[in-house]
Amino acid sequence: MPKEIDRDGLRRMVEAGAQLVEVLPAEEYEEEHLPGAISLPLRRIDAEASSVLDKNRAVIVYCWDIA
Amino acid sequence: MSPRAAWRLESLGFTEVYDYTVGKLDWMAAGLPTEGTNVKRPRAGDLARKDTPTCKLGERLSEVRDRVRALGWDAVVVVNDERVVFGLLRANELALDGDQPIAQAMRPGPSTFRPYVLAEEMAHSMVEHKLESSPITTSDGRLVGLLLQKDLVGIESSVQ
Repeated sequence: MPKEIDRDGLRRMVEAGAQLVEVLPAEEYEEEHLPGAISLPLRRIDAEASSVLDKNRAVIVYCWDIA
Repeated sequence: MSPRAAWRLESLGFTEVYDYTVGKLDWMAAGLPTEGTNVKRPRAGDLARKDTPTCKLGERLSEVRDRVRALGWDAVVVVNDERVVFGLLRANELALDGDQPIAQAMRPGPSTFRPYVLAEEMAHSMVEHKLESSPITTSDGRLVGLLLQKDLVGIESSVQ
């Protein structure tokens, strides 16, 4: 089950090597994203997750807000 | 959207998946840096005057007024020791009877904006609502600075 993480937890995890992933559409990523995040829009996860991300490292996903 | 992404990644064999549920909005509202094409565009937090005078609830209006005017300002933000915004006094409130406490004279609970709001959006909103000044605060209510409408002149027309 995915675990929720807060801002401080995110920073600690990223410093420790976690992969940070924005799942919003690519245009929104281009405009603004968290430092070091990579773009993997929700609709491309099925096709691309295994090639873009390392399964042996933690992954943190985010979008715009809780909605 | 991120919960679905997190669950889908787990189903694809990722074993350590976290969801930053409050997302980009939470990050930006905290005034933290971002990357991307929007970074070059001015924002409320960039243009807000950081030297805006502040005062406390229990101070007397006449004393605050003297101090604020001596600094060349006609607005003051009411904050607590943690710089959390409680109120605002613009020229009208500063002109009230000086023998009252700030808590009585201030405009309580003023509308505040987050530092990440683009300057042209602020210009549009402040003109529409006839706001001469607006406190800019972080998501936990702490004062970043006071944004003056006059500092936004030309912003709308300079952005396509």
